[in-house]
Amino acid sequence: MQIKPILAAMRHHKAGTVLIALQIALTLAIVCNALFIIQQRTARLSRPSGVEESNLFVIRSDWADKSDPQHTDIQMQADLLALRQLGSVQDASPTNSFPLRGGGWDNFIKLAPDQVKMTTDAAIYFADEHSLATLGTKLIAGRNFTASEIGSQKPRDQLSSAQVIISKDLAQRLFPGGSALGKTIYVSADANKPSTVIGITDTLQAHMQSRRTPDYAYNAVLIPARLLDDGTVYLVRAKPGQLAAAMHDATKALYAQSRMRIIDRKDGVMTFAQVRQRFYKSDLGMAILMGIISVVLLAITAAGIVGLTSFWVGQRRKQIGVRRALGATRGDILNYFLTENLLIGIGGVLAGAVLAIGINLWMVTQFEMARLSLAYVAVGVVALLLLGQGAVLAPALRASHVSPVEATRSV
Amino acid sequence: MFSYYLELALRSLKRSPGLTALMVLAIGFGVAASMTTWSVFRAVSGDPIPWKSSKLFVPQIDMWGPKGRGPDSADNEPPNAMDYTDAMALMHAHRAKLQSAMYQISPSVVPADASKHPINVSGHAVYSEFFPMLDVPFLYGSGWNADDDTQRAAVAVISGKLNDKLFGGANSVGRTLSIEGKDYRVVGVLGHWNPQPRFYDVVNTGGFSIGVEDVFVPFERAIAMGMPNDGNTNCSEIPSESGFVGLQRSSCIWIAYMAQLDDAAAVSGYRSWLDGYAKDQQTAGRFGWAPNNRLRDVPAFLDQQKVVPSDTKVSLLVALGLLIVCLVNTAGLLLAKFLRRSSEIGVRRALGAPRLAIYAQFLTEAGMIGLAGGVLGLLLTGVGVASVSWVLPKDIASLARLDFSLLTLTLLVAVVATTLAGLYPTFRASRVQPAWQLKSN
Repeated sequence: MQIKPILAAMRHHKAGTVLIALQIALTLAIVCNALFIIQQRTARLSRPSGVEESNLFVIRSDWADKSDPQHTDIQMQADLLALRQLGSVQDASPTNSFPLRGGGWDNFIKLAPDQVKMTTDAAIYFADEHSLATLGTKLIAGRNFTASEIGSQKPRDQLSSAQVIISKDLAQRLFPGGSALGKTIYVSADANKPSTVIGITDTLQAHMQSRRTPDYAYNAVLIPARLLDDGTVYLVRAKPGQLAAAMHDATKALYAQSRMRIIDRKDGVMTFAQVRQRFYKSDLGMAILMGIISVVLLAITAAGIVGLTSFWVGQRRKQIGVRRALGATRGDILNYFLTENLLIGIGGVLAGAVLAIGINLWMVTQFEMARLSLAYVAVGVVALLLLGQGAVLAPALRASHVSPVEATRSV
Repeated sequence: MFSYYLELALRSLKRSPGLTALMVLAIGFGVAASMTTWSVFRAVSGDPIPWKSSKLFVPQIDMWGPKGRGPDSADNEPPNAMDYTDAMALMHAHRAKLQSAMYQISPSVVPADASKHPINVSGHAVYSEFFPMLDVPFLYGSGWNADDDTQRAAVAVISGKLNDKLFGGANSVGRTLSIEGKDYRVVGVLGHWNPQPRFYDVVNTGGFSIGVEDVFVPFERAIAMGMPNDGNTNCSEIPSESGFVGLQRSSCIWIAYMAQLDDAAAVSGYRSWLDGYAKDQQTAGRFGWAPNNRLRDVPAFLDQQKVVPSDTKVSLLVALGLLIVCLVNTAGLLLAKFLRRSSEIGVRRALGAPRLAIYAQFLTEAGMIGLAGGVLGLLLTGVGVASVSWVLPKDIASLARLDFSLLTLTLLVAVVATTLAGLYPTFRASRVQPAWQLKSN
């Protein structure tokens, strides 16, 4: 392969060469970062919630009369009884929050009553003996709550449960290497209210959008109590295949129990699929947006290479003809243009790789973003070189078909 | 002469339709991506009260001290909201021209027609000065007065939307409304008022919210009735008493505060008063640390609270990157196109055309591509703005709008950017040596 004559020829169209290389460099830099963002966001999307999501739905019921806590407690128990008796419903449980809700009550978790700094932070899920079955979350150690352990409390009171069930990830964080079962932890901010871990669930996600605090994403504590707030959430598991019917029946049954409640028409009743969609909407959206921009970017760069190379081929028909007349084969001509493009491409991707890393480092300082892994740059480099070769193929083939007769034409 | 250049440009563009289409597409996509993301960025980073934002201030007092800041905070930033004690102290001192403490409420409203379900509405408990301070527009009536504040009067200001729902849109001033089971007299109905970001209570709304605020009641009335706060509550230590009263006696923060200070003297006066207040608290033993206050105006506070989501900024930057690549692409193609016509340029120059004429001719051609790209960009921006709700959360997507200024900007950016991209190719074209061109053929 003769590289010297190619370099010599490039010197005659410096500007065009530089512009293509620049375009490749910028494309690489942007696409690497965009792909990295897509990967980060889709990785979040595919995390498990720890909940058996099909056939599960959520009802948010606010009390219209904001009556006294005792009345709320009685109403909640009546509601639950009515829900569980429905033919289309498998199980139901009351709570304040659930995985993927998007926000809620978190408490600092401590291991000793006099501890100043927290050990970690966890989502507080109020639960009863039906909660695990309703969520479809399995226990990996210990036991479930019993009906007699379920209490009730007002929203601004400190937690006071003697028994709690915690998620696997929280257990590992609190007692790395050991078992959390039977241990005492401080979920309540009140130092006089220790809690014993009676059960450990399999993976169970917290309710927060936790990009800033990824360490807490799977920390959850189940509190055996009904929370007597201005409203409550009911988690309801429909019998298989009866989700729509159960959602309709449950709303009707609740209104039949009492009309002094508010169930928002828009998002008062949501399937868990809708909950998931809402929680990850901005992640999915960002991935889609970055995907669209990457595709457009690559298409435009490829088209630009086709356009400019075609022009060069047209400009050099006579020289190509001369080379062919002097004995160059079609393969030689094809090779010439492919090599020329490869050289420009290598120049572009080298600059682009540096730029990609530079942009990422800057974004790390400006936004909540991780360091770009070099694998992405490597993949991007190979992809852009292949894209360049693919784009140049058609004009190069056309060039190789230039007949030696062209050499004899004057214009 | 210009029409002649237009004709030349058109002819040249027609000669290579593929190349022309490619340039127009590139400009169109680049501009549309930038303008769509810009429309979102513009909406979320805009000043919600531009005529007054530099006079509205958010005071912050460090009632937690360095120990209360938690493990994540690196800087010495005081809490971003207020506890009840300090908010009340600031209200009673009444040092600003206008001021209001406020907290978010979500009371139930029972319509007069008993057959209807009660509805939950959202709103704020505020002081009377809230309305004149924020230039809140009224459709009927007005806000309540300072006496209503102190007497804890059962009065309410409702939104036009709630007025439509409950009173069929009629002037309801003087009529009665049941909030949380108690009767309130309507004193004012708001006109359309939905500032985004919700600058007066960023902490509780996160900046943006889909619904409008339906109900405003006097702050001290809401406290007296035990109307709980529906916003965030952050505590650095356990309240020693439970319930809403316990919350009021704790150092937990849940109250937003805003003050109007008209000039630099008022600002510095207020600042030194805040420091004096914190020092008094230190002397009294309530704060075990030196005064650490902040007094930011609305734009500075919005910036500090990072109201503009970082996704919005990243999207805009990536889209601008796309536009730059499209321009580099166009510059390369224009260069090729222009230099192919070297002999034509040579003839024109030989016949006496000055360099300026060459500039005019080729920049006209670049501008035409820009214009065509801009028109395509307009269509694509329309599609883009209409479909942002697919990729963005509702509260932000609903703010992106296609308006006249965005349309103008789209065209302008397309034409100016493409003309700029055409500058270097045109410069090269103008440097063509007529003698050399004529000889070589």
